[in-house]
Amino acid sequence: MAKSIVKALDGAQAVSNAMRQINPDVVAAYPITPQTAIVQNFSQYVADGIVDTEFVTVESEHGAMSACIGASAAGGRVMTATASAGLALMWEVVYVAASMRLPLVMSVVNRALSAPLNIHCDHSDSMGARDAGWIQLYAETAQEAYDNTLQAVRIAEHPDLLTPVMSMQDGFITGHGVERVEILDDAEAKKFVGTYKPKHSLLDVDNPATYGAWDFYDFYFEHKRQQTDALSRAMPIIVEVGEEYGRLTGRKYGIFDPYEMDDAEVAIVVLSSTAGTARTVVKALRQKGIKIGLIKPRVFRPFPARELAEALKGVKAVAVLDRSISFGAMEGAGPLFLELSAALYAYGNGRGPLAVDYIFGLGGRDVIPAYIEQVAQDLLHIAETGERGDLVRYLGLRE
Amino acid sequence: MPNLEATWKEASPGGVVYEAGNSVGYITGGWRSFRPIRDMKQCTHCMICWVYCPDSAVVVKDGKVVGFDYDHCKGCGICAQECPVKVKEPHEYTGQMGKVIQMVPETEFEGW
Repeated sequence: MAKSIVKALDGAQAVSNAMRQINPDVVAAYPITPQTAIVQNFSQYVADGIVDTEFVTVESEHGAMSACIGASAAGGRVMTATASAGLALMWEVVYVAASMRLPLVMSVVNRALSAPLNIHCDHSDSMGARDAGWIQLYAETAQEAYDNTLQAVRIAEHPDLLTPVMSMQDGFITGHGVERVEILDDAEAKKFVGTYKPKHSLLDVDNPATYGAWDFYDFYFEHKRQQTDALSRAMPIIVEVGEEYGRLTGRKYGIFDPYEMDDAEVAIVVLSSTAGTARTVVKALRQKGIKIGLIKPRVFRPFPARELAEALKGVKAVAVLDRSISFGAMEGAGPLFLELSAALYAYGNGRGPLAVDYIFGLGGRDVIPAYIEQVAQDLLHIAETGERGDLVRYLGLRE
Repeated sequence: MPNLEATWKEASPGGVVYEAGNSVGYITGGWRSFRPIRDMKQCTHCMICWVYCPDSAVVVKDGKVVGFDYDHCKGCGICAQECPVKVKEPHEYTGQMGKVIQMVPETEFEGW
């Protein structure tokens, strides 16, 4: 196992430490709460000469992503970070990065979207970007945010993928919460991420290439098919990188984290930091003999439809916890529930569990163990009676 | 030259164009709804149209304008707008007074 050092860091510091070790050629970023700490820490590394990154202080997030695209097309290893309205302002060019197959890595510290104005955690920002063509990883802890950042570089730059990766952590809860984080030895981290060797470079005047050219009805469709094909091949690569990282650090990463799922009759599926709260509740309920399990997806894009359907096939009832709403979708459900429902329909062989959705934690609304206990009670009732009841429910909402 | 029949497996990832100048092989003249027509006898070969053409579709040989590349001319009309030479005789195609380069709707173009 590689050497590492244990530090007390918040999620933002953990990610900026990963960026320090990656030492990207270019970082173009704009500060936005609660992501600011990442680029603030990183700009200090630049100022202190600890990294030799070209740090571009842009005028907006649209400019940040645009600069990243140019730098990546020029052959650089490029990173950025954003949140909430910043990601929303990037919108147009977020798609461009993926469509041009540029292996950027972007750290997103999840925050609600306006209005009303709110700076606290929910997943509306990155979930809105779920169809932009990026790979999406969600972290529960500062440790996972650090680990995912290092792995994201390897995943994005894999020659079969060349697809940007968005690496998420929960705003404030993880981003500003100080935790125990194992930081890999610098040399080992650098060895793991390796050197990016671009296939082509905009600056290679001997082999000129045009990026982002006009693509009419005669080619555009083929390029979109290629893009979706790349994402459909991403999962084994994500797993391979996660296993290699596990051999190096003892922390192996996969598609999702199952907990007490082997004989589970009911299950909860939830992303990011809330999985920690849910695990505590599941553990306590297990001690009472209740057969409940937990699945924490790490990869949301590409969506692990087959894998989740397989993991849930023996379960009678499943509750998805969504930290965002897909407004106007079926019953106003959240994206995780909608995707999981589709997966259970497509791959569940008609024997999938009864599934319900709980919208929770919008705008940073706290999630306490009692809420998860309520979900567990509801699930046991559904499993016992076979009656699903309301499709979409709300946790911690004043009713 | 671009492979116009490339399948999705053959097309270049991200739409990167590796071959410099391959737009020559990509015929875009079909977008044109107005056709520039030059009076060959009254043209002074001042090259203003050649300078302004955004698609390099004014063909020049031995210092003389010899015609338009209608495979790539999109009919924007900049050449006709910028043409500084007024005809002394009616334009040899349109029969109108005005400039040496005049725009004719493709729907009314009958060849000459």
